[in-house]
Amino acid sequence: MQSAFKRTLREAFIATTPVMAGYIVLGMGFGVLLSTKGYGPLWALAMSGFIYAGSMQYLAIDLLTGGASLITSALTTLLVNARHLFYGISMVEGYRGMGKKKPYAIFALTDETYSLVCQDKHPTQEERHQYAFLVSVLNQCWWVGGSLIGSLLGEVIPFDVTGIDFALTALFVTVFIEQWLSTRDHASAIIGVAASVGCLMIFGADSFLIPAMASILLALSILRIVRKEAAHG
Amino acid sequence: MDNLHSALIVAVVALVTIGLRFLPFVIFSGSKQTPPYVAYLGRVLPYAIMGMLVVYCLRNVNVSAAPHGLPELLSCLLVAGLHLWKRNTLISIVGGTACYMLLVQFVFV
Repeated sequence: MQSAFKRTLREAFIATTPVMAGYIVLGMGFGVLLSTKGYGPLWALAMSGFIYAGSMQYLAIDLLTGGASLITSALTTLLVNARHLFYGISMVEGYRGMGKKKPYAIFALTDETYSLVCQDKHPTQEERHQYAFLVSVLNQCWWVGGSLIGSLLGEVIPFDVTGIDFALTALFVTVFIEQWLSTRDHASAIIGVAASVGCLMIFGADSFLIPAMASILLALSILRIVRKEAAHG
Repeated sequence: MDNLHSALIVAVVALVTIGLRFLPFVIFSGSKQTPPYVAYLGRVLPYAIMGMLVVYCLRNVNVSAAPHGLPELLSCLLVAGLHLWKRNTLISIVGGTACYMLLVQFVFV
């Protein structure tokens, strides 16, 4: 039992190392920026502990310094983080029966955690749940650690890390390729890319996510109906 | 007063984020069985989501001005190439990220 836990922990640790690189650096960037606006380590800790959503926390700095209204804050969060609905929908089945670990695993379901757990191939449900939980905990450790370091140290990073956040983009690209190779049915992957690129061109970088999500849902629903009819045809 | 408003903003952002993360589970976990439509989405969504996330990461790339997204394009191609070759996530990510850092720090400055 103990050794099974250790093995899963080691696997989770190795899997999260790219996230570690991205989260620690982005977390530090967040901590530094927050502290330059006059919000110290406790604020960094509270935000990375309770919000735990990368790009939203960067935006929240603007909300804080601009003294945004609570309604504006809520709406901004709704628009930026609506994509998390997708992660939930696609993990409803996977996280079923997870027990006490489930609330935390749902709370900590970030882009990066999702990309690691959605492709998990452990043979038993117990292992998958254990793995998902450990990945969630480790990832948040990297994020909270990074924000705290950034907040405490300020701008004294010893070398130029410009561009290291590309690690997260690279992670998504590898997951995308893994998924592409794992199936011969590429309809959903193509829909995801096409809808996102299309909506990005139409609506622009700041507001393409929601239309993209809606188009993806619509396209996948149509696909289901068409294929069902074809199967019965 | 100012600190209180800031704390409230943090609380609102946290609560909305948590709400979005929990909502699907609250709606669909109650029933013994996941509704077929949701189960279908659970099967096919991951593929679409990863495509969407890659685009989301690259959303601020400006193709019409120099360097026309070249650092991103070249680094993504390297990640893909490395990954198709070795199938090792770490190698792909470290290689692609190193390439991107070199490009944005020294080549396309």
